Amino acid sequence: MVLGRSFEDMCAQMYYRGKMFGFVHLYNGQEAVSTGFIKLLKQTDFVTSTYRDHVHALSKGVPARQVMAELFGKSTGCCRGQGGSMHMFSAEHGLLGGFAFIGEGIPVAVGAAFTSKYKREVLKEEGDMPVSIAFFGDGTANNGQFFECLNMAQLWKLPVIFVVENNLWAIGMSHYRSTSDPEIWKKGPAFGMASAHVDGMDVLKVREVAKEAVERARRGDGPTLIECETYRFRGHSLADPDELRAPAEKAHYAARDPIVALKKYLLDNEIATEAELKSIEKKIDEVVEDAVEFADASPLPGRSQLLENVFADPKGFGIGPDGRYRCEDPGFTAGTAQV
Amino acid sequence: MVGALGKNFATFASRLRGGHGCDTAAAAAVWAVSKRFMSSSGESITVREALNSAIDEEMSADSKVFVMGEEVGEYQGAYKVTKGLLQKFGPDRVLDTPITEAGFAGLGVGAAMYGLKPIVEFMTFNFAMQAIDHLINSAAKTNYMSGGTINVPIVFRGPNGAAAGVAAQHSQCFAAWYGQVPGLKVLVPYDAEDARGLMKAAIRDPDPVVFLENELLYGESFPVSKGVLDPSFTLPIGKAKIMREGNDLTLVAFSKMVGYALKAADELAKEGISVEVINLRSIRPLDRETINASVRKTSRLLTLEEGWPQHGVGAEICASVVEESFYYLDAPVERICGADVPMPYAANLERLAVPQIDDIIRAARRACFRKEDMRQATA
Repeated sequence: MVLGRSFEDMCAQMYYRGKMFGFVHLYNGQEAVSTGFIKLLKQTDFVTSTYRDHVHALSKGVPARQVMAELFGKSTGCCRGQGGSMHMFSAEHGLLGGFAFIGEGIPVAVGAAFTSKYKREVLKEEGDMPVSIAFFGDGTANNGQFFECLNMAQLWKLPVIFVVENNLWAIGMSHYRSTSDPEIWKKGPAFGMASAHVDGMDVLKVREVAKEAVERARRGDGPTLIECETYRFRGHSLADPDELRAPAEKAHYAARDPIVALKKYLLDNEIATEAELKSIEKKIDEVVEDAVEFADASPLPGRSQLLENVFADPKGFGIGPDGRYRCEDPGFTAGTAQV
Repeated sequence: MVGALGKNFATFASRLRGGHGCDTAAAAAVWAVSKRFMSSSGESITVREALNSAIDEEMSADSKVFVMGEEVGEYQGAYKVTKGLLQKFGPDRVLDTPITEAGFAGLGVGAAMYGLKPIVEFMTFNFAMQAIDHLINSAAKTNYMSGGTINVPIVFRGPNGAAAGVAAQHSQCFAAWYGQVPGLKVLVPYDAEDARGLMKAAIRDPDPVVFLENELLYGESFPVSKGVLDPSFTLPIGKAKIMREGNDLTLVAFSKMVGYALKAADELAKEGISVEVINLRSIRPLDRETINASVRKTSRLLTLEEGWPQHGVGAEICASVVEESFYYLDAPVERICGADVPMPYAANLERLAVPQIDDIIRAARRACFRKEDMRQATA
């Protein structure tokens, strides 16, 4: 959580210094949700997110250096500088994006869950069933794709968890102005799905609920819909003047800062000392500083990278590596079918 | 239809014997194995059978391939293209979906990102407009956005373009829309050989492929050689096929219009105009080399498509030819397209809204500077 907070604060600094550009959406205040869920997952599990994905990437294990370099648009970023703030992908860590369109990540997470089930049942692979989590916001819960996915996930009992980070605001649109029934967790039972509502500012409560959901999915008992009540301390993005939210509301949630709350809990229950917590914070600061230095020192992508990676088939424009048509290479059309 | 194809077949065979490059692995295999292929290959299959057998064979060969879509299972396919697959492979691999285009297109993309090879059927590509966000934003762009680390080996297939009497919302041709997107491969088969070869290539391809079929071609029969029926037969993506050689005019078409082009070419041959008909097979990548080489031979270009004229496939072909072969042209390039209107319902209006064989013939005569009134239209 501390890494997430420091990282996002550094992003804001870098943005105002011109090192980062475009649309940057910061996660301050919502760290408990990301940590509570993702820290229960393994590297083989999957996460999809929206544009507010820096901390999801960090929680899932993508190194801070790679995320920062990606934000700076450098070739050492996790997507070689081709994705940016809103499109964090990592095949290695099971992060399937980072989508700018809200709601787009939900069917993708359901698809990964489908593959988990398929690999177990059709391809007879062994091992724990990998679980997928789709993170999205309150605004997305009104989008058609969300409902389509609730239906299919429950119908086919897929190992996916739908996590709604209800921070009450979709840019400047209040959740209460845009939603007929504001209690999002109630939409699950309409599809026969297990649902829960949890205080998203308390990482331990989130973790409890998350544990149950992950276990349900891994057992093969199907999806869960979890609504987390949370809040973003900064605006929608760094370009958002954030004029519509009442100061009283902001103050109310600032008092429930998840990091402060956890600190208090640790100190009160004597699980950690003040000095230990300070040293963690210091370490995190060093990690973030190192990430910035690394990103700064990294090279920009070369000009030839512009045309690379459009297709996985590297010369996907029909020409083989020898410059001739692929069809003239007998190896290409030899095929691999074994019936 | 058989007459025109018989001639096409003879042309195909003569190209083989002349050793004109290698159109298909099958061609090479057949050439190597037997020089008497012209006499023995009597089999004919429909486009529907070609697609069905291609999908069947690929599913047998690779258990990561699965089919998903509305009515693909118990109904045997809305157009019977997936007939028998549910019985053969079971409900785990042939999924009947609810009516949730955006949802299941995205589900397919997610499954492909994690390593399966989905074949997503849209009942028609008109319905894919409800899922186009996933075709473009999560399928086409992901390999690029992830810096080459996550690819999406998915095939989106279904009928495209005008059918008969189904009116505006069921008749749009999407070749130009998808053809514009970098990261997608867009294929447009015409005959049974195209359907089999391109479908197999699409399923094996590591990138997202939009496979635009045509409802009216599903039932049409085409003769195929033994090589085409071989389970390892594939066609290269990005290479057009010269269906008929000619010297006076290059006529570029795709999908159903290739049949019209061949018929028009037969008629024009009687007037002494020798037309070279090119079957594009692939909208993206577009085979500019074949088209330009042909125009440099004939010095006249006509493009033919069913879709709307503005920003259409023909527009891109004409631009490519004018850019690369300007000094070889003896006549203005011309596009024959569908009318710039949503498809009308009335049968006579529908006929006016899509190119007919007479339109092609008149345009060809114009290109050859025969006297033709631009205002005439088929009624």
